[in-house]
Amino acid sequence: MSIVSVTHLEAGYEDTPVLRDVSMTAEEGAITAVLGTSGCGKSTLLKNIIRLNDAWSGSVRMFDEEVMVMDEPEFNQLLKRVGVLFQNGALLNSITIAENVAIPLEQHTRLPAPVRDHLIRIKLALVELEEAIDKLPSELSGGMRKRAALARAMALDPDLLFCDEPSAGLDPVTAAGLDNLICRLRDQLGMSVIVITHHVPSIIRTADKIVYLSDGGVLFSGTVKEARSSGIEQIERFFREGVKDY
Amino acid sequence: MRRVSHPVCRFADSTVSVDAPLTKDTVPGIYAEIDGHRSVWEDTALTLDLSAVTRIDSAGVALIETLRSRVNERGGSLTITGGSKDVLALIETFTVTRDGKRQPRPKRRFFEGMGEQLYTFWQHLGAFFILVADTAFYSVQGMFTRSGMRKGEFTKQCIFIGMNALPIVGLISFLIGFILALQSAAQLRQFGASIYVADLVAISMTREMGPIMTAIALAGRSGSAFASEIANMVVTEETDALKTMGLNPIQYIVVPKMYAITVTTPMLTILSMLIGIFGSLVIGVTYLDLSVGPFMDQVANALILRDVIIGLAKSVIFAWIIITVGAYFGFTVSGGAEGVGRATTASVVTSIFMVILADSILGLIFYFGGGAF
Ligand SMILES: Nc1ncnc2c1ncn2[C@@H]1O[C@H](COP(=O)(O)OP(=O)(O)O)[C@@H](O)[C@H]1O
Ligand SMILES: [Mg+2]
Repeated sequence: MSIVSVTHLEAGYEDTPVLRDVSMTAEEGAITAVLGTSGCGKSTLLKNIIRLNDAWSGSVRMFDEEVMVMDEPEFNQLLKRVGVLFQNGALLNSITIAENVAIPLEQHTRLPAPVRDHLIRIKLALVELEEAIDKLPSELSGGMRKRAALARAMALDPDLLFCDEPSAGLDPVTAAGLDNLICRLRDQLGMSVIVITHHVPSIIRTADKIVYLSDGGVLFSGTVKEARSSGIEQIERFFREGVKDY
Repeated sequence: MRRVSHPVCRFADSTVSVDAPLTKDTVPGIYAEIDGHRSVWEDTALTLDLSAVTRIDSAGVALIETLRSRVNERGGSLTITGGSKDVLALIETFTVTRDGKRQPRPKRRFFEGMGEQLYTFWQHLGAFFILVADTAFYSVQGMFTRSGMRKGEFTKQCIFIGMNALPIVGLISFLIGFILALQSAAQLRQFGASIYVADLVAISMTREMGPIMTAIALAGRSGSAFASEIANMVVTEETDALKTMGLNPIQYIVVPKMYAITVTTPMLTILSMLIGIFGSLVIGVTYLDLSVGPFMDQVANALILRDVIIGLAKSVIFAWIIITVGAYFGFTVSGGAEGVGRATTASVVTSIFMVILADSILGLIFYFGGGAF
């Protein structure tokens, strides 16, 4: 079953179209990588799937339900099963890292305080940020903020996790660690992951499927292996150039 | 939702057997149940039997970790038995916490806090005077060379500080003149001295109210905008970028604003004085039955050039205070976007306070040094 399926999506900002006709699916329990040059509309696609932007036309299905016609409460119910890592982290700046991770836990569970605190520590340890637990976001580097935001996104072990450029700004060792973590979440929790990324090594390591956006549409979708022998010059070059700085 | 009816745990000696999935939905109930039986396990080597646990998530692992640290604290230990391969693998994934104790931010005692505040106040004051000196230096230098300043900024700032402030300064001044006249009329009328309302308002508008009201409007409008602009630039590292490109942020950002505010504030102040007097004229004519001609003659007699000049000189000093205080709080911002808001608020409160303080000091100087001025 497809956990997310987008058909003929058309979307943009004010009257500038960004996505002209996008159709794609992401399978349950798989890691789907959304690729494309920067500015091609990857983040826009994500924002339209989770209804932060209102799409112009087309359809979005999540967990086999039509998303665009849902009312607020219904959709919020659905969002409990979804975690989102935003491109810029989007941590709340006035509270500590621990308090940021606590938000979804307090909002959606009734875990007793000591268990909740242990859970926060577990999540921060997974992204190797235990020592930053009582710091404010402004006291962390960009890469650390990204990791803290990932800890918050997966606080509830969501069934579906969106990651907008998780490895941007991370060193190669930490980035590989995150890839590893995302694979384990998929294998052990059956988590479905949709990850936006440019990072070719991590695509090769993790992605079960890739969706390549270009020019407002989907240029290619399939496995990495298929992509590398697809005969589409733009995609083959993407992998060739990307592997070089591996 | 997967609801579980309790009890789901069995307690035998120091073994707790859990017979339900251990997930974020079941953990609150299970924790309460285990906690209720703490006398059975708290002081001992607790064994947690997971044979019947079919599913576990990170909240379940957090529950295990919570129990482990509670037993450890009392010198016991926790052992896990049973548990399918999948369950154990997931526990393995999530058990990465080292049992590091969190170090809470240190609490300060009262006098320590006071001392520290006094110390930071002196530090602030020192840094502030350095900024004032830099600004003065670059402002004077800038009169001879245009390089290093943001192009077109002077005109833009003149419009922003001057033109756009006209309506609010006008309105405030009109109301102040109006109220001053109304208040004093009530008193002066008893002595048949209504006409002296003109003197009173003319003198207080030129010497005090004009400059002060203009300064307060400027602090609220331009000073705050200015502090938040600089603070934003600092937070987004734009000022660092300027430095790496060989530009001095004070010279580039502050000096053009300094010129603009120095030129426009006296004009705004004159306007404020005139409109304030006009406000009092309205009271004079409608409430005190004075006619326009004699009222204006009285104003002209009361006004002396010296008062107007003192008023304008004060307004320029206030303008400089607003600019430097705004710049100071902008440059010393800390703590991301949140800090920008704090810097802006602090700059408005501080500059209004400093303007009034400066006004009192100048008042004393003019009063006691009266002969010299
Ligand atoms: N909030 C916005 N308002 C207007 N245009 C936007 C906005 N966000 C993004 N865009 C434009 O939409 C296009 C796609 O952006 P985005 O989806 O962020 O690209 P990316 O693939 O790098 O994530 C870009 O041309 C960008 O300029
Ligand atoms: Mg993006």
